[in-house]
Amino acid sequence: MNEHQHKQTSRHPSLELESLDYLWFQVAGTLCNLMCKHCFISASPTNDAFGLLSLEAVQEKLEESVQYGVKEYYFTGGEPFINEDMIPILRSAMCYGPSTVLTNAIPITQDMAFEMAEIEQESIYSLEFRVSLDGFNAEMNDAIRGKHTFRRTIEAIQRLVKAGFLPIITTVMTWPEHKHEEVMAGFLKTLKDVGYTRPRLKMLPMIKLGGEEQRTGGYTDTEEVTNDMMAGFDTTQLICSNSRVISDKGVHVCPILLNAEDSLLGGTLEEGIKPYKLKHKACYTCYMNGAICSNPSSGSEMLFTEKLESHHE
Amino acid sequence: MNNKPNQYQCIAVFGGVYSNHYALDALLKDGRQRGAEAFFCLGDLGAFGPNPNKVFPLLQKENVQVVQGNYDHSIGNDLNDCQCGYTDPTDNYYAKISYDYTYANTDERWKAWMKELPEELRIDLGSFKMLLCHGSPRKTNEFLWESTTSTHFLEKLCRDYHADAILATHTGLHWSRRLSGNRHFINVGSIGRPANDGRQHVWYAILTADDDQIHVEFIPLEYPYKALAEEMRSERLPDTFIETIESGYWTTCMEVLPGKERKRGKW
Repeated sequence: MNEHQHKQTSRHPSLELESLDYLWFQVAGTLCNLMCKHCFISASPTNDAFGLLSLEAVQEKLEESVQYGVKEYYFTGGEPFINEDMIPILRSAMCYGPSTVLTNAIPITQDMAFEMAEIEQESIYSLEFRVSLDGFNAEMNDAIRGKHTFRRTIEAIQRLVKAGFLPIITTVMTWPEHKHEEVMAGFLKTLKDVGYTRPRLKMLPMIKLGGEEQRTGGYTDTEEVTNDMMAGFDTTQLICSNSRVISDKGVHVCPILLNAEDSLLGGTLEEGIKPYKLKHKACYTCYMNGAICSNPSSGSEMLFTEKLESHHE
Repeated sequence: MNNKPNQYQCIAVFGGVYSNHYALDALLKDGRQRGAEAFFCLGDLGAFGPNPNKVFPLLQKENVQVVQGNYDHSIGNDLNDCQCGYTDPTDNYYAKISYDYTYANTDERWKAWMKELPEELRIDLGSFKMLLCHGSPRKTNEFLWESTTSTHFLEKLCRDYHADAILATHTGLHWSRRLSGNRHFINVGSIGRPANDGRQHVWYAILTADDDQIHVEFIPLEYPYKALAEEMRSERLPDTFIETIESGYWTTCMEVLPGKERKRGKW
């Protein structure tokens, strides 16, 4: 590394893992039943850069996680339910702690939904589903997620609701800011119209990597996290301060940077507990938005330090 | 009776007063009748309810020991946000209405008093080392819900903070879990609004110790909720807040609820 390069990389802060609160499992690797245009890890039916996790591999890490006091478990992909072990995996995980699945829900049959409802009832913990839907009608959603995916996802949401779940409908904000209220209202109406009377919504910022980088051009030169931006910043907002991800290759820093070479920190959780340099453009999205990966029930632990206007004077 | 400072056998612990002075008044009478030697409040004195100043004289009259909640920290330090920790825009919309009203209607002397409250208290209950905090020992506004908090996480908190039992509130819903090594976590719930169960009463906890056990009893507390609702109306607080008091179901700040807790409610 020459002097110039060193100066460039050292501009970025390094973040310690403060506590391992959230353990993620890339249960389906980069394999998915869909090919969404905005997917930041470009998951698809043929992308096997990361493979499926076995039940045994998940169980091993669940057990390893106990000593670290992991608070919640998250399961993602790709599409988790293309992993045929997914229900046994959830049955195991729900003995250890609360579990959340990030899914398009299309592979979930009614019988599977009922079976998972039983798993939740037998546990003291919540089993949450974050179901991806990127529009409140077929035209808006299918343009991003593929033909007929709106209808198929809505039907899957209905199956989850019938089994007693209240799935968190998760949407990437692909619309202009001035249309936000209109879009939110559209989602609520659509979901209520199909029988989901108590819809829960979670809006996500665009992660401009992978498919999304191709779609909209990626990050600009100024979108980065530098040392001087960390003064007074609550680092608990950043997932890399409280989470790690398990893939078939090992322990990664976060689910967003899966494809980044330096995201793989080691083979065991112990090896994965090392500081991470926030040198990727996507780190800027987390910096600006905070708490984007966790559920609303985890809350934002951001502490506000700004005084009321009248006390500035 | 306690023989030395911070040593007790039976205590009453509550949180989330949210300006509900009716419930606080009822609790102080009820707790004494149940044999509580001392009262402990785990914070969030204001929010949601009417006339926040009415709470403080009641706390002082009964020598209630108070932990600072995120709300108390915000009001006491003149911050522009309650630091409730919501991420959903609808939750934050109602939190803002509540915060602006409470801030505008809290006297300066009580703001100064809240600013100086401790972040945690440590006491002995029998032979047990108790840690009293608002959200969690590590973060004032951490949500510890029953269905999204693993047991080994709570056990690690007890280890890290050298406590036999941790008492918290912040979520507004009461629950407890016995941990390995005869340790405990107890969320004492809230007396500011009902527990999203369709009942109008609110909850607090009586804790007693014998030789080698802590006994946790959650007390459903009846109070004149119709009078509270009427006072909220006269203060022009949102109808949806009043609906919560009258129906027993949460109507605002619900997106933060985990699935299991949300399903128990109506909305």
